[in-house]
Amino acid sequence: MQPDVVVMGAGIIGAACAQALRARGLGVLVVDRHGPASGTSAAGEGNVLVSDKEPGPELGLALASRDLWPELALDAEWEEKGGLVVATTSGAVVPLQSFAAAQRAAGVDACEITAADALAREPHLNPEITAAVHYLQDAQLNPVKATRTLLRGIEVRRTEVSATDGRSVTTPEGVISCGAVVNATGPWARNFGVNVLPRRGVVLVTTPIPGKIRHKVYDADYVGAVASGDADLQTSGVVESTQAGTVLIGSSRQRKGFDDTIESKVLKALARKAIAMFPMLTNVPVMRAYGGFRPYAPDHLPIIGEDPRTPGLWHATGHEGAGVGLAPATGRLLAQLLTGENPLVDPHPFRVDRPEVMV
Amino acid sequence: MRIVVVGAGPAGMAAARTAADAGAEVTMVDSEPEAGGQYLRGRARFSHAGVTHLKNTEAWLVEGNTLHLRGPAQLRFDALVIATGAYDRPLPFPGWDGPGVITAGAAQALAKQGVTLAERVIVTGTGPFLLPVATALQDLGATLVGVYEASSPTRWLREAKAITANRHKIGELAGYRKVLPRLETRTAVIAKHGDRVTVAKLDSRWRPVSHRTVHADLVCVGYGFLPRTDLLPDARRTNDFYDVDERQRTSVENVYAAGEVTGIGGADLAEAEGVVAGAAAAGLNPPAKAVEAVRKGRLFAQALARAHAVQPGWQTWPAPDTTVCRCEKVRLEDLTGATSMRELKLTSRVAMGRCQGRICARNAAELTGVPFDGQRRVIAVPIPLGELAALPEEKKS
Ligand SMILES: Cc1cc2nc3c(=O)[nH]c(=O)nc-3n(C[C@H](O)[C@H](O)[C@H](O)COP(=O)(O)OP(=O)(O)OC[C@H]3O[C@@H](n4cnc5c(N)ncnc54)[C@H](O)[C@@H]3O)c2cc1C
Ligand SMILES: Cc1cc2nc3c(=O)[nH]c(=O)nc-3n(C[C@H](O)[C@H](O)[C@H](O)COP(=O)(O)OP(=O)(O)OC[C@H]3O[C@@H](n4cnc5c(N)ncnc54)[C@H](O)[C@@H]3O)c2cc1C
Repeated sequence: MQPDVVVMGAGIIGAACAQALRARGLGVLVVDRHGPASGTSAAGEGNVLVSDKEPGPELGLALASRDLWPELALDAEWEEKGGLVVATTSGAVVPLQSFAAAQRAAGVDACEITAADALAREPHLNPEITAAVHYLQDAQLNPVKATRTLLRGIEVRRTEVSATDGRSVTTPEGVISCGAVVNATGPWARNFGVNVLPRRGVVLVTTPIPGKIRHKVYDADYVGAVASGDADLQTSGVVESTQAGTVLIGSSRQRKGFDDTIESKVLKALARKAIAMFPMLTNVPVMRAYGGFRPYAPDHLPIIGEDPRTPGLWHATGHEGAGVGLAPATGRLLAQLLTGENPLVDPHPFRVDRPEVMV
Repeated sequence: MRIVVVGAGPAGMAAARTAADAGAEVTMVDSEPEAGGQYLRGRARFSHAGVTHLKNTEAWLVEGNTLHLRGPAQLRFDALVIATGAYDRPLPFPGWDGPGVITAGAAQALAKQGVTLAERVIVTGTGPFLLPVATALQDLGATLVGVYEASSPTRWLREAKAITANRHKIGELAGYRKVLPRLETRTAVIAKHGDRVTVAKLDSRWRPVSHRTVHADLVCVGYGFLPRTDLLPDARRTNDFYDVDERQRTSVENVYAAGEVTGIGGADLAEAEGVVAGAAAAGLNPPAKAVEAVRKGRLFAQALARAHAVQPGWQTWPAPDTTVCRCEKVRLEDLTGATSMRELKLTSRVAMGRCQGRICARNAAELTGVPFDGQRRVIAVPIPLGELAALPEEKKS
């Protein structure tokens, strides 16, 4: 039987699209050259964040996603742990507080708390912090398990697509005809006509120290790094623990193509920022470092919609460092547009025919 | 010419000596307090003109022409020789993660320090290195309940060429004559509960055909070796062993490898490879004698790999609730439904703990049929965050 839709890519985005399409009664086939969650989605920390987004279309998508995740992520270590953003310099206090105020106006649950309050919540935090905001909506899940959960009951075929015309995909085993094609190939999406580029990120993982760190805690300068387009290495302190007790330390951003060699300067920068927030981490060993390539569009907004040049070809990509958080709303929006339902958020900002996106 | 050697076992010591004799400035780094490596530690009094031996020092990252050491410290090199050896592979069976089970290599290391380990001991696994371990334990006064070799000795009958080229290896057997009466082939420990140990007779694929119970306090396990090749995650490897050319060059520029990181063939092969690597790294043609020793030794190594290859029947030994990954306490029944190693790790946490899959990743891959894709561990040994933070600033060149 010919599928109604072929989804290219079994990352968290492809999985969310496939799940939403199937929920609308369509026959879906997912294809991935390396199998489910074998790309960027296995490299992420699994944060579902609203705290790092300024008011605008991406925050709207994030808030819609945040409402959808709890039901979808039941078997995926879903944890509503909350986020704590701290300022570490006196100069960072006012920008953090006005950022939080603007977010509150846009519907984010952002509570300003005192440094003493922050220390009560995170006893190992550096007592020198100057301001803190507690985000109750921030949550975490295991992205590989979440991808699997979304794909439950959906056929996933292991094969590589070389070309598509919106009505079929070409693979080494032959051409698969279908009604529509979704490009959810993450950082490799450029092969199918949209300007998505890789932005390298590295995460350090420590040996387990259960119970020492409770929230996702990050330095207020993270927001600036997320929004910046500089090619040069940028790092900011992002620290949290997993259910296994290991501590994940991010985050770096670097544009260097698909080069995945580990650089000591990145390790050093990450370590310094983490210790600045949690001095007790000084003696904790790092047992592994890993990285991935965030798929980003030059204007830093996801791409969700039909390609005006190739009817039948739909894109769902460019989620950069937030694809895990944005997945359910992305899948639902794409499926709604494809089936002609009313969209849950305004799709215009994510359309394909943005000047920076068409290549 | 600055040459850095990592590892002070037979391969590393030979590489360091040879390179120094060729006029290079050599630094040999090793994590242990004494040179000698796995087999010679305590018996190798290493000191050689032109070689600086850095003891108690772990190397954790190769970055361009810099070797990063714990401390932190850095060594710049013109050529690097990796001779970091291998560690033994345990196979999981019910009870293998409990008290009284250790690897054969650990037993040998403790025996060398004169530690009496237990009264009644068993050595179980495959390969000729079980014999020196059993001998060392017996010499310390332990009662050897049995030395169990899972493979059949008849497999060696097909390896006439390798045996002819390596007659001295047969001579070595004589040194272990005291333990030969305790040797049983096609036999393995397949469970241990307290001091009750289940010993099975195996068919040629290592499936149990019958079993009996014996009593022992300590079981030493060694099913061949897994190389320590983390320092060069991007080098070409086969089955995790580095691929090298006739000058011991890896696929990474200016980096050579010698000894068990390239294949398992005993201390004399490791030493010969070290001589070749040390000479080549220093820009000389390797001595013909060493080249010939490597050629013969590799015949033996290849025969060894064939005759003592781990057979799939071991996968019937563990029970559903048997631990596969000790660090993260992952049981056999937790390993479900993954199609890649990465997916397997991230859904079950196997190979995600302290040992980073060095012990369990291959076993988990074989048990699930997932392709074993040579683990890429970019940090070769755990390193405290404070040391990473103290790395020197990059020099702007
Ligand atoms: C270090 C790091 C940390 C991160 N942390 C977070 C976080 O905490 N929270 C968050 O929300 N986001 C995070 N992200 C971002 C997030 O991981 C990504 O936005 C998300 O995974 C993108 O998902 P995707 O499905 O678009 O891409 P991928 O997961 O990369 O999926 C694309 C799939 O397409 C397949 N594919 C590609 N080309 C072809 C082809 N021609 N034929 C067949 N298959 C093909 C690939 O094999 C791959 O499986 C992080 C990213 C990094 C690098
Ligand atoms: C149980 C057992 C019994 C054996 N019996 C015999 C026998 O009877 N006859 C025989 O010929 N051979 C025997 N062998 C094999 C012998 O041990 C090896 O052939 C030989 O030791 C290999 O030499 P190598 O130089 O390659 O590695 P090794 O001797 O293992 O030396 C490697 C050295 O590198 C160091 N190192 C590793 N990683 C790092 C790092 N990141 N930083 C710094 N230092 C590092 C290690 O601590 C070690 O000192 C036996 C082996 C075992 C395990």
